[in-house]
Amino acid sequence: MAINREYLGRTFPAAPPYEVSRVKIAEFADAIGDPNPVYRDRAAAQAAGYPDVIAPPTLAIVISMAGSASAVADPGLGLNYAMVVHGEQRFEYSRQLTVGDTVTAQATITDIRDAGRNVMMTTKTEIVTVDGEHVCTALSTLVERGGAA
Amino acid sequence: MTAQVGYDDVKTGTELAAVSYPVTRLSLVKYCGASGDFNVIHWNERLARSVGLPNVIAHGMFTMAQAGRYVTDWAGPGAAVVEFGVRFSSPVVVPDDDIGATIEVSGVVEEKLDGNLVALALTARSLDAKVLTRARAVVRLP
Repeated sequence: MAINREYLGRTFPAAPPYEVSRVKIAEFADAIGDPNPVYRDRAAAQAAGYPDVIAPPTLAIVISMAGSASAVADPGLGLNYAMVVHGEQRFEYSRQLTVGDTVTAQATITDIRDAGRNVMMTTKTEIVTVDGEHVCTALSTLVERGGAA
Repeated sequence: MTAQVGYDDVKTGTELAAVSYPVTRLSLVKYCGASGDFNVIHWNERLARSVGLPNVIAHGMFTMAQAGRYVTDWAGPGAAVVEFGVRFSSPVVVPDDDIGATIEVSGVVEEKLDGNLVALALTARSLDAKVLTRARAVVRLP
């Protein structure tokens, strides 16, 4: 099974609004083993110049994955998820994700190409607050091993 | 947490001390739950091997998170990450024992940019493999 090239350039519906919560940030920081107090303690975050607790930079992947989930799970795309590994990841931040943000994530497939026996697919996901403020752009490249057309 | 680094104190070419971060099967189970990425290759050895992997492997994003921690710990709480990108060049293989694996991250100040921005070139290794390449973070320093 090969990835359907007709999906190149397709933009998927935005995921439902995601509310960045104190509990989720702390859970994520615990899971990556990062004890930094700016991820848990409002006073520490304010001392660092933020309005409230901020998220570790890579928490943006949770939100961007919610945006690209509809693409990855689309049977018409033909991605074999068990054969997928993460090839590249890049984030561009306008600011840090902060407790209380409500954001949406909308993904576009920007590249599909063969690399040897593998196929690589890049999605660009825009994470924007419900008020329209850009927070982060996430560029994710997935590699389906052995998936070349 | 480290002291705050200031833009004026940073010199291009400065090598930053390497830091080692542990990763165990428990780390991956926690990361599955926190991230929502339950791909079987991160927790099921039988299925990981069945798709040709040597064993369970860490989420690439777990490794990237360790590199992110390296950057934010170096830069200090008043710094902001503006760009952060990596290529996952080799998997971090995590055996089912009490030790797990280690991700060693190092960095060098690659470039000082306008607007109090500093670019760091990062390297991450596990065992003998480079697990991140073309890893670069741009931070805004006070």
